[in-house]
Amino acid sequence: MKPGPLAFICGLLFALGLGLSGMTQPSKVLGFLDVLGAWDPSLALVMAGAIAVHLPLSRLRRRVSQAPADEIGCAADDGDADGTGTSIDRRLVIGAALFGVGWGMSGYCPGPAIVSLANGASGVFVFVGAMLVGVALYRRTVR
Amino acid sequence: MPEIVNFTPLSALAGGVVIGLAASLLWLLGGRTAGVSGILGGVVPPLRAGWEWRALFLGGLLAGGLLLQFLAPARLEIPPRSLPLLAIAGLLVGFGTRLAGGCTSGHGVCGLARLSRRSLLATVVFMVVAMITVTLLRLGGVGAA
Repeated sequence: MKPGPLAFICGLLFALGLGLSGMTQPSKVLGFLDVLGAWDPSLALVMAGAIAVHLPLSRLRRRVSQAPADEIGCAADDGDADGTGTSIDRRLVIGAALFGVGWGMSGYCPGPAIVSLANGASGVFVFVGAMLVGVALYRRTVR
Repeated sequence: MPEIVNFTPLSALAGGVVIGLAASLLWLLGGRTAGVSGILGGVVPPLRAGWEWRALFLGGLLAGGLLLQFLAPARLEIPPRSLPLLAIAGLLVGFGTRLAGGCTSGHGVCGLARLSRRSLLATVVFMVVAMITVTLLRLGGVGAA
């Protein structure tokens, strides 16, 4: 199937999954991250459910086709041709740490923030706008 | 002993399964990874090859959001944090996820499910750092909801 229509359908399904799971509710995300306070363990099950499905299903493709080796080591960037981000390095750790601070401050990671634009809240627009600036800053300075 | 609150195991698990199915469909039928930060990075100028399917995936996310707003508006919350805090957080999330090559979806779901060591390290780092951040903010008087 061409990635176009498929991508739209998968994005839609992904958004519904995020909404059902509680990931689009910063109060639940922050409650999950507040392990030493009043803890809401729900979101551990989101990751568990998603991995339980994707772990076996994603292997079907590797068995039928010869996926390049770096597709595994390069989770989010495997569409990129320049091969960046295929090893464990300082960028990975520093980037993940910066993301962790932002996630803990807001309760939003990229997917749920984009989905939440639909409620029209100014805070969501501010977050997504700043996130785009952060991405553009990366493109200008790092690569 | 920490106190357990607001536990919603069934909807969390069901939502996770739907997320896993969406990521699996995109991977099996399209050969693409459902990593939202990477997809977002591909539509920010200067555009690179493959921006079209990424834009369509993001369009799907927005359409799904509208559907949620119509069917279950309580699922899309008003953020419980101030605008300046959200602005700084957005910058850090945008820059940090690109530097790390993935976020909760790319590393935390797709990468972990495909047994990537990079993704395991990234996921442990962003989870632990986010937990420390929430704890410090709470101690500093910014509550968790």
